[in-house]
Amino acid sequence: MQEEVFVQMNDICKTFGSVRANYNINFSVNKGEIHALLGENGAGKSTLMNMLSGIYKPDSGSIFIHGKEVKFNSPKDAINQKIGMIHQHYKLVEVQSAKANIILGQAGSLFVNEKKISSEIKAISTNYGIPIDPDKKVYNMSIGEKQSVEILKVLYQGADILIMDEPTAVLTPQETEKLFKIIRNMAKEGCAVIIITHKLHEVMAISDRVTVLHKGTTVATVKTKASSPKELTDLMVGKSVNLSIQRPQVKRGNAALKVADLMAYDQDKVKVLDGVSFDLFEGEILGVAGVVGSGQKELCEAIAGLYTVESGSIIYNDENILGLSPRAIIKRGITMSFIPEDRLGMGLVASMDMVDNYLLKAHHNQKGVFLKRKPIMTKCEHMIDQLEIKTPGVHHPIKQLSGGNIQKVLIGREIETNPHVLITAYAVRGLDIGASHTIYDLINDQKQKGVAILFIGEDLDVLLELCDRIMVLCDGRITGIVKSDTVTKEDLGLMMAGEAISC
Amino acid sequence: MLRMVKRTDMTSNKASLIRVLSILFALITAGLFIAIMGHNPIKVYSAMFMGAFGSTFRIKDTLIIAIPLILTSVGIMIAFKMKFWNIGGEGQILMGAFFASFIALNFDTLPKPLLLLMMFIAGFIGGGLWALLPAFLKVKFDTNETIITLMLNYIAIKWITYLQYGPWKDPKSMGFPKIANFSDAAILPKVFGIHMGWIITLVIVVIVSVMMKYSKKGYEISVVGESMDTAKYSGINVNRVILGALFVSGGICGIVGMIEASAVNQTLSASLSAGYGFTAIITTWLSALNAAVIIPVSILFAAMIKGGSFIQTAFQIPQAAANILQSIILFFVIGSEFFVQYKLVLKSSKKEGSV
Repeated sequence: MQEEVFVQMNDICKTFGSVRANYNINFSVNKGEIHALLGENGAGKSTLMNMLSGIYKPDSGSIFIHGKEVKFNSPKDAINQKIGMIHQHYKLVEVQSAKANIILGQAGSLFVNEKKISSEIKAISTNYGIPIDPDKKVYNMSIGEKQSVEILKVLYQGADILIMDEPTAVLTPQETEKLFKIIRNMAKEGCAVIIITHKLHEVMAISDRVTVLHKGTTVATVKTKASSPKELTDLMVGKSVNLSIQRPQVKRGNAALKVADLMAYDQDKVKVLDGVSFDLFEGEILGVAGVVGSGQKELCEAIAGLYTVESGSIIYNDENILGLSPRAIIKRGITMSFIPEDRLGMGLVASMDMVDNYLLKAHHNQKGVFLKRKPIMTKCEHMIDQLEIKTPGVHHPIKQLSGGNIQKVLIGREIETNPHVLITAYAVRGLDIGASHTIYDLINDQKQKGVAILFIGEDLDVLLELCDRIMVLCDGRITGIVKSDTVTKEDLGLMMAGEAISC
Repeated sequence: MLRMVKRTDMTSNKASLIRVLSILFALITAGLFIAIMGHNPIKVYSAMFMGAFGSTFRIKDTLIIAIPLILTSVGIMIAFKMKFWNIGGEGQILMGAFFASFIALNFDTLPKPLLLLMMFIAGFIGGGLWALLPAFLKVKFDTNETIITLMLNYIAIKWITYLQYGPWKDPKSMGFPKIANFSDAAILPKVFGIHMGWIITLVIVVIVSVMMKYSKKGYEISVVGESMDTAKYSGINVNRVILGALFVSGGICGIVGMIEASAVNQTLSASLSAGYGFTAIITTWLSALNAAVIIPVSILFAAMIKGGSFIQTAFQIPQAAANILQSIILFFVIGSEFFVQYKLVLKSSKKEGSV
């Protein structure tokens, strides 16, 4: 049986300056197919999809949509060709209703026929099995609901080719399961779905075929059923890698950090930390799980002296460090590498080079009026070698590096300071498998040195494999601290949703 | 239809070319304007040039205008690096001049070097304190520094005017609202025919360049400017950096006030800042916050001011028209930054996507 080809991209090339982002890439998606696009950071996935959605124009090569050759000049052209992209960060107007967001940007008459639109949306949502209340305001929605709105939006625009960029990055396991059901429904209704993801088990669970990109070229397109995670990883990284995350057994030391009854409010007087208490021991990795915005950021910032806490205590070496300045806390050996959603916002200065970014914390300890850049340069070069950071040199602006390399610089810098307590948040966010494992190894090395590590993570599989214990946060409360050997992913998911479970 | 496309391939050579071309286009456009007024643009331009650089005397005059411009630009550059929009140069110049004048008028029996040194320090403190005010308000109450520094300018002007008409009025001036002239000891000596403010200026330019590039404090200022959050995360005391940088920024403007009061006006007057605080915003911005570039840009602007006033007398062109010339050049130079960042692409109106 001949499949109907929805998307056909032939010999696509695209260069940015001297960087060859895509080189002779071939890619096709059929009707009713779920196609995963896999590749390391900088492999060219986003570039390719941006060309398919009209954001970039290819230098050469041709794109056929529904059998006709097209040339896109803007995203609007792509939407007209029934291509819809769902970005990783939702682009919704928070104060508006789902309905208003869905019809946003549509050509229409001067007046809006609310009833007609509502019934149209209802029709689509029942058709694809996407539960939605068209009149609910976006700011009242959970992450999963927001994603539903994004999906409905492109479906309402008539899209039958959907591109989803890391759709599960911010979802709980239960929400992910719901999303997969929706994706399968869409495929059944005759849509072509392209998923960009790093999570191999999701590729295995949902996709029909996988295209693997490596350094801007197509390595292979394989049927998912005929492949294995191991094979896909090897293709993606270009060499054979070991998939399992090590968890070296280290004898647990003394409690390095004792957090008790931490209470904190945000600007709107909403409780963001609600009686958080836990001990963090030397030589252990304590994972923190939770839906985004459950208080992880505030907890990190409270420990680092950046967030004003209402009450409670954080005891480090018999001293309550609450109320100390961030600099004083850094001096005591507590270091934080927080990787926010935009990666560069907090830990690094985008326009500065590696040396100057290294100096951010190091310059406090240098004596005299002037900076000493020379010794830092050698340290940076050492770091480039050790962590395999890809950069033209130590004087290259950080913002021009790829995401993975930026994160290596950040974590590398924190580790270089020989911390006693290391806080990492979203250390592998957006990183590919190869780079993630480098980071896990780095963190494990620290654990073996007896460092107490607080690891805020997103991927429950990683948390379960890497961490010794996992603490689950929900709405600023701890819903459980469990040993990762004895807990299941489903239990974690329930705790993330607020159900306290005793293990 | 035209469409904006962000450039990804801009080299520094190409950027310089665009900037030079923008000045050329500005001259052509301004030339049209001059032609409409019934003058020969080329004659007017060459007269402007001759007015600024035509004789040793004129060159000196131009440099005397350039000195305060350079120094004020370097001063506010420190604040600008931190993305603290200090447009209060005028006020800081005047308050520096006020502090220096207080010393000059009350301790005129001291030996000259000591008196000048005290005036110098007083000028720095005066300007610095005046800039510390908006910095403090920003740190404490997160006020908008643009508004506050701007308003403080007028307070400073009115304060000096009050002194001029009231308590500090020179009794020997026969009722004319004027502050007494400084004694000889309070006047900066000349070196190579120009008051020694140029030496002070060069020394400060070098010190500021080195400090911004190589010192810890300069580094912290850049970090705060690039990202306040990053600065806080890395343990930099952001408030202290803001206060310190603004004190120095305003202090350098205050030194301008001291130099102008001592060497140029030889007294204190409300018009002593002569708009340098505002013009310096433009020169600083055009120099891309680079202390070394500030010098040629400021000399260029000084030449425009001097040449502009020369053509007023030579061609009877009103001062307003001379100001328009300056504005056109500015408009083009600032506008050219758009073309450094973006290019315009012609887009056909029919939908190519459906071909």
